Amino acid sequence: MTLLTEKRARRRQHETPKIRGKVHLREHLMGWLFVGPFAVVFLAFLIAPLAYALYLSLFQKKLIGGTSFVLFDNYVKAFTDPSFLSGAWFVLRFSLVSIPLQIGIALVLALILDAVTTLFARFSRLMIFLPYAIPTVIGAVMWGFLYSKGFGPLTDIFGLFGATAPDFLGSDLIFYGLLNVVTWQWAGYYMIILYAALQGVDPTLYEAARMDGAGRWQIATRIKIPLIAPALILILVFSLIGTLQFFNEPQILRYLAAGTIGTDFTPNMYAYQQAFSLANFNYGSAISFALGGIVFICVYAFLFFTRKRRSFL
Amino acid sequence: MKRRRLLATVAMLAAGSGLVACSSDEGGSDASNCTNTITKQNVPVVTMWGWYPNTQLVVDNFNKQHDDVQVCWTNVGQGGDEYDKFQTAISAGTGAPDVIMVEADRIPTFQIQGALVDIKQYGYDAVKANYGEGAWKDVSVGDAVYGVPVDGGPMGMIYRKDIFDKYKITPPKTWAEYEQAAQKVKDAGGPLFGDLGANVPAVLMALQIQKGASPFTFDPAQPKSIGVKLNDQASKDVLDYWGGLAKKGLVGTQDQFTPEYISGVINGKYATYISAAWAPGYLTGAGVGKGQDTGKFAVAPLPQWDPANPVQVNWGGSAFSVTKQAKKPELAAKVAYGLYADKESLTDGWTNQIIFPLNLTALKDPAFADLKVAFFDGQQANKEVYLPAAEAYKGVAYAPFGQYYLDAMTKQVSEVIKGSVTGSQAADKLQEDVAKYAKEQGFTVQ
Repeated sequence: MTLLTEKRARRRQHETPKIRGKVHLREHLMGWLFVGPFAVVFLAFLIAPLAYALYLSLFQKKLIGGTSFVLFDNYVKAFTDPSFLSGAWFVLRFSLVSIPLQIGIALVLALILDAVTTLFARFSRLMIFLPYAIPTVIGAVMWGFLYSKGFGPLTDIFGLFGATAPDFLGSDLIFYGLLNVVTWQWAGYYMIILYAALQGVDPTLYEAARMDGAGRWQIATRIKIPLIAPALILILVFSLIGTLQFFNEPQILRYLAAGTIGTDFTPNMYAYQQAFSLANFNYGSAISFALGGIVFICVYAFLFFTRKRRSFL
Repeated sequence: MKRRRLLATVAMLAAGSGLVACSSDEGGSDASNCTNTITKQNVPVVTMWGWYPNTQLVVDNFNKQHDDVQVCWTNVGQGGDEYDKFQTAISAGTGAPDVIMVEADRIPTFQIQGALVDIKQYGYDAVKANYGEGAWKDVSVGDAVYGVPVDGGPMGMIYRKDIFDKYKITPPKTWAEYEQAAQKVKDAGGPLFGDLGANVPAVLMALQIQKGASPFTFDPAQPKSIGVKLNDQASKDVLDYWGGLAKKGLVGTQDQFTPEYISGVINGKYATYISAAWAPGYLTGAGVGKGQDTGKFAVAPLPQWDPANPVQVNWGGSAFSVTKQAKKPELAAKVAYGLYADKESLTDGWTNQIIFPLNLTALKDPAFADLKVAFFDGQQANKEVYLPAAEAYKGVAYAPFGQYYLDAMTKQVSEVIKGSVTGSQAADKLQEDVAKYAKEQGFTVQ
């Protein structure tokens, strides 16, 4: 193998620059051809819409007076718009609570399932993952009915003890109602990722640790968790991006939660309302980009603070 | 090597042609995916969106009666869902149907964007006498006509006879009596008396108008200026009244048109439902009045503020409009004028209480007035409640940014329900919010 490469390298040196250029060109062309299909789709479905949205966000369309170029006016408006700011504040708060909760649960479950290898464990793994396989819309509708005061089971269960059921669709508890739906749906998915990462760890490390006198707890905290840190950071970034773009669950539940969830509940919902209900595509695009900015800052800050421990990204 | 390169090229071309195939789809204006079946071939087709529960029958009737044009109907959703899709199609410049069912209060919103066709030149004179003046006024902007009236929504108070009998109350004639009756039922441990739904701002707007509010004044001759008056005393009084009822626990605060609300109606959770003439049809379709609650409903005139000077108001009611994207506006106008205007369709509509017709041939039909409505256990609801209400209705000027106004109202009503603001404060905030939006949109606000 080494001999072969050396031989080829030597031959290259002997080639005239002209031939080398030709080979180079052909390799280039082949490279582009292979990248081509992906590049076309990538440009058409990601870059072009983004560029168009950015372009739209720099204009303003009025019912009287038509469209005019306003540069960053829409962004100035967004960052002084109480609807956008309260929505952004909500998703930030929601991220701070929901992400540690989901990942904490996922990590504990993954560690348990990694340590226990019975048939029951395999069955549990599937069951914990199952909620992720249920479409978000179905999941949200289902929880909406479970929370319902009119025909949900909560009223009956609490009624048995003569208590009033908590209203998870009311304005006081909607935060926890949504938290529960999101955790139920995503913890299993994160658990699978962490479990897969744990399966990739070399078992001889555990043996060595045990020989050095480490217990199960120590193996978990000192060996397993540090080794799967890259996977942890990966799902943290995923969940951070996903939660800041919160849309599906509140959008579905707003039809069941009387007046609790407004059209500006989260920034994405607000952008949707502006664009598709009020035909304000310009401002809707600006809100989307402003949210994109917030997501970028949050993710960058997160990676910055975790960069020393791990060299991920 | 060569073969591989060929494969790569083919793959890339295939991907490229896939993109082209995707982009040639025209969506809503496509006549190939109708909900109904068009039996007559080689006849021009007009596309239509609508959501009347008996649209299938109405469209079939029209297609049967016409050999020169056929209607291709799609139900893209009820109310807001349809408007969102239409709005997107307007912004995109493509994808709208030729004829669209819209509620009268949305016509100015779409008209100001130039999305609707003035159909006065396409046969208005021939059908003018078929509708009352008020009906035409609701679908007109200035002298131009942007829709053909189909149904109206004269309001009344639907109530549960069993609950009223049990607590020995008679239908309240004034809003003061309404509150007293609600208190009486509550004190006796009875159910809620009504419902304040944040998602039905149009009801509150109608009730404010009943007290004398006139939210918008708009002169089409001066399209750049608009009067916005959402926090006058009448508007504040009505919001304070309903906010007060909610705070005292006399009425519920459930969003309407939801399973939660409908299950409440079926189970007798609400003694009254302040609603319009199309409600029996809607409720029947939603499963109300079919089981344990069969024959429990009745209707009475809407309570008044001043019984000496009663005011009747309207909620909902709709029309067929022709869109600017119609390739043959004259043909589309013919459909708009003819659809749901034949006796067969109208009779089906009103005998099943699906619509309250505005077509005078139906309104003046003695059978319509005398109809014993099954949902109301044989009560002659049209004669007793809805016909007088419709006759006394004066018409309203709607906002050209109706969607924003109604969304903003929903937001404020939600705040009232939460208890964070009073009705008066909500009215002030609403005024500020909507006036600001109107200015942003380039209007001079008076």
